[in-house]
Amino acid sequence: MTQTVNHFALLPLYAAGGTALLVLVMEIAFGRYALPAGLAGGLATIGAAITLALRPAATFCGPEHCSWVSGPQAAVVAVLFAALTIGVLALSAPALRAGIAPAGEFCFLLTSSMAGGVVIAYAGDLITLVVGLETLTLPLYVLVGLRRFAPRERVTTTGASAAVTFFLVSVISTAVALLGAALLFASTGVLHLAVLTEGTGTLAPLGAVGAALLVIGFAFKVAAVPLHAWAPATYDGAPVPVAAYLSTASKLGGVVALAAVVQRLDTGPLVAILAVLTMTVGNLVALRQTRMVRLLAWSSVAQAGYILAPLAAGSAGVPAAIAYAVFFVLLEFLAFAVVVALRGPAADGGDLTDYRGAARGNPWLGAALVLAFAGLAGLPPGLSGLFAKVTIVAALINAGWGWLAGVVALNAVIALAYYVRVTALLYARPTTVGIPLADLPDVSEAPAPDASAPDTSAAEEPTPASAEAEAGATMTAVVDPELLEAATHPRAGVPRVVVAAIAVAAAVTIVLGFAPQWIFDALIG
Amino acid sequence: MNPPAQALLVSVLAVPALGALVVALLPARHERGGRVLATVFAAITFVLTALLAVPWRSRGPWIDLKAAWVPTLGIDFHLGVDGISYPLVVLTGLLTLLCCAYTVWKVPEGGLGRGRTLAALLLVLEVGILGTFLALDLVLFFIFFEVVLLPMYAVIAGWGGPQRRRAARKFVLYTLFGSVLLLLGVFTVVVAAGTGDLLELTGGTGLSRTVQCAAFALFAVAFAVKAPLWPLHTWLPDAHTEAPTVGSVILAGVLLKMGTYGLIRVGVGVTPLGAAWAAPVLGVLAVAAIIVGSLVCLRQTELKRLIAYSSVGHMGFVLLGIATLTATGLQAALIGNVAHGVITGLLFFLAGAIKDRAHTGSLADLGGLRETAPRLAGVLGFAAIASLGLPGLAGFWGEAFAVVAAAERGGPLWTTLAVLAAIGGALTAAYFLRLLRRVTHGPASPAVADFTGIARPEWLAWSPLVLLALAIGLVPALALAATADPVAALTGALP
Repeated sequence: MTQTVNHFALLPLYAAGGTALLVLVMEIAFGRYALPAGLAGGLATIGAAITLALRPAATFCGPEHCSWVSGPQAAVVAVLFAALTIGVLALSAPALRAGIAPAGEFCFLLTSSMAGGVVIAYAGDLITLVVGLETLTLPLYVLVGLRRFAPRERVTTTGASAAVTFFLVSVISTAVALLGAALLFASTGVLHLAVLTEGTGTLAPLGAVGAALLVIGFAFKVAAVPLHAWAPATYDGAPVPVAAYLSTASKLGGVVALAAVVQRLDTGPLVAILAVLTMTVGNLVALRQTRMVRLLAWSSVAQAGYILAPLAAGSAGVPAAIAYAVFFVLLEFLAFAVVVALRGPAADGGDLTDYRGAARGNPWLGAALVLAFAGLAGLPPGLSGLFAKVTIVAALINAGWGWLAGVVALNAVIALAYYVRVTALLYARPTTVGIPLADLPDVSEAPAPDASAPDTSAAEEPTPASAEAEAGATMTAVVDPELLEAATHPRAGVPRVVVAAIAVAAAVTIVLGFAPQWIFDALIG
Repeated sequence: MNPPAQALLVSVLAVPALGALVVALLPARHERGGRVLATVFAAITFVLTALLAVPWRSRGPWIDLKAAWVPTLGIDFHLGVDGISYPLVVLTGLLTLLCCAYTVWKVPEGGLGRGRTLAALLLVLEVGILGTFLALDLVLFFIFFEVVLLPMYAVIAGWGGPQRRRAARKFVLYTLFGSVLLLLGVFTVVVAAGTGDLLELTGGTGLSRTVQCAAFALFAVAFAVKAPLWPLHTWLPDAHTEAPTVGSVILAGVLLKMGTYGLIRVGVGVTPLGAAWAAPVLGVLAVAAIIVGSLVCLRQTELKRLIAYSSVGHMGFVLLGIATLTATGLQAALIGNVAHGVITGLLFFLAGAIKDRAHTGSLADLGGLRETAPRLAGVLGFAAIASLGLPGLAGFWGEAFAVVAAAERGGPLWTTLAVLAAIGGALTAAYFLRLLRRVTHGPASPAVADFTGIARPEWLAWSPLVLLALAIGLVPALALAATADPVAALTGALP
């Protein structure tokens, strides 16, 4: 039997796959232009997805159902994948220019991953979904470890070990998901998402096991607890832009896959348990992190929990989950982008203490990070995070899952504790260099702290509890800490392309914050 | 509704928001200019808030503006002003103006240092507070309720005392806890009633008793954290002690009122059956707050901490008034709100002035203020006496009529509560007199020896509050004139 293929419906895939090929050809033929080709291809993919959204079409159809279905949600997700790819390419540009990673390979792998994302967006059956998910993930194993070291630079293996961890976990999760799909097919005989059921009669238990395995396999991809342990290690070992891609695009893929299956299968209790565990563990562990990327990784574990929560309510919660995911990837991308800008192309995420006072020298970057962190905590000034939280809670209460809404709400309070801690650190004064007052022979006769030292008022009432608040208060300042900070941490200019990425992400976040209805309209069509 | 009035309503929020943006974006060299500009914006806002009374009418909101915002979530951009919110709106405009003007003159030491940012944050706070008072949509109310969290955190953490970080963190986590409960309550109501319109919801239309009780429980805890009601008050003393003067003034003057206002407008208004069900508990806790607040104040040794704890007691009176669920009680709560905002705002200005000069707030080190700074001592005496509820000054009406309302309610429980609250009122007098004895009387201590006189900007900031305390005390109708009908509408739905 021959199938007629509607090539118009495949336009986004052609654009995304063509981008990857174009990047490869550019690299082989010219040895350059890989990055511009990738950026242009990403834009073309966005255009193709929007075009298809205006005239929805399906293809690869059997007698009743299709394996490639376009709908409003698919368009939003495809556009988001392409936009995130463009963004991550922009964030990586300085590193690629500096030769820290091979540009051609990097761009090819990333755009291939984008093609996988597009497949996930339009997938109409389980096999297509898993193929898309694998195409999304496979290039990332390499990207996580892809780093060139300068001749005299110390070679580290963190990237490689992160890649291996990620690879092993991901392969196992795919195997679990495939097993689930196979059991489901064995018991019900259907693969198309539109008619997915758990089956009835004697084979129903088999179908239920299949559904549970499918959910668990996909839960690995979104790093849901207890299947989360790979995420912090992998994010921290990967180059920061790749970590940004992992925690936004890769997570989005898992969310879309989960949403596709949970809305037709009765997995509410399992998803609810995963959600509660994920958000609570993620937030509690994030409280104790001392490295920036690990903190972001744990916070994104917790965020995955918020996304899972409405999925427990089945199809009623899917729009809320996808809407939350849209807000989340924007805010998360913004946060990672600022980290890239503050750290420069060659550095990793660094310790939290490296960020002390960072926003004082770069007020715009500081403001962007405040916007991102406040949003992730679900609070104004940007309204997108607030609406994300409101959407989840409203959907859960509407679906009769009030207790889960309560858990989400309480977790938002825990989460604020670490977001506020990091944000406050950005505006903290640089630590004072000097001798602790306690070590001086007699405090009362010690020379008064330099009048130009900023904390003279605080120095008069040093108390143990304030040590954490202002370490400088109990020290005699031997040098102006601001000058010292400026001398030891020269302000490197932020590359223009990174600035552009941050500006666009921040602008989109702010605009969508005031007009969240656009997202809901786009998702409903 | 007439478009000019609606434009006025929007501009009340838009002007301070625009001001915050402009001041924050000014180049760094315009430090003082930025603060002056912020004051100008605050002044315009104050004039606009005062003008809101022009389309006055007795029934329903004076101005009503409704536009769809996020239909999927059932959120309308619905603003309005009536007799309940108007005094608080004007008070917010006034206090923000005074605080911005004060910032032009004096920027708190330490912290981020830049007074311009502080002034911009004050304007953002104003947007959030005004929005909360003006919102007539439940979800919009919640959104504005959350807007103030982080700016207030930044004010405390950026310009506060030595332990500011800890105090600010405690404040923000506590109040976020309250506000997520509010979120749950809001959507419990919105989902059950199918609308978030406060005008339609008032009276509990379309809500079953169970939903009302559940929602009121969530609302009550949420607003009790904000107000704050004993035993959820523990963030308040730390936040006040560490906050800069202007932060304390805004916090005590109007931020706390968001809790009591919410309890009246949303708690009693939307879920009357729930309010009636929980009123005895609320009343007992309110009286406990009065007694505990006063007793703690009697033992306090720090000036700002004492005033902060006195707020717990005063807000206890306000909550007692609300808990009685009678027209008298609600009106007592409304005037108590305004009076507390005026008087405690003044007290925190004075405490800030004393601490700035003496570099200590410890009552043990202060003393004999009358000898070295008679005028400052005089104003402090006035504020303290106003706060303890001397008849003829603003503090009297709220406290006295809260007690009267409880007594009128009758029955053993409410009579006992009235008696205990009256005793609490006497204790309030005791600790304020103790405060005056310690600070103003006796021989001058070294800390107060070289006090400078009251500067002109200080007079400028204080005199409106002094005059208001006197005016409201003599003519309480200033704050209550337009409340009769809205309050009747609220109490009319009570069982």
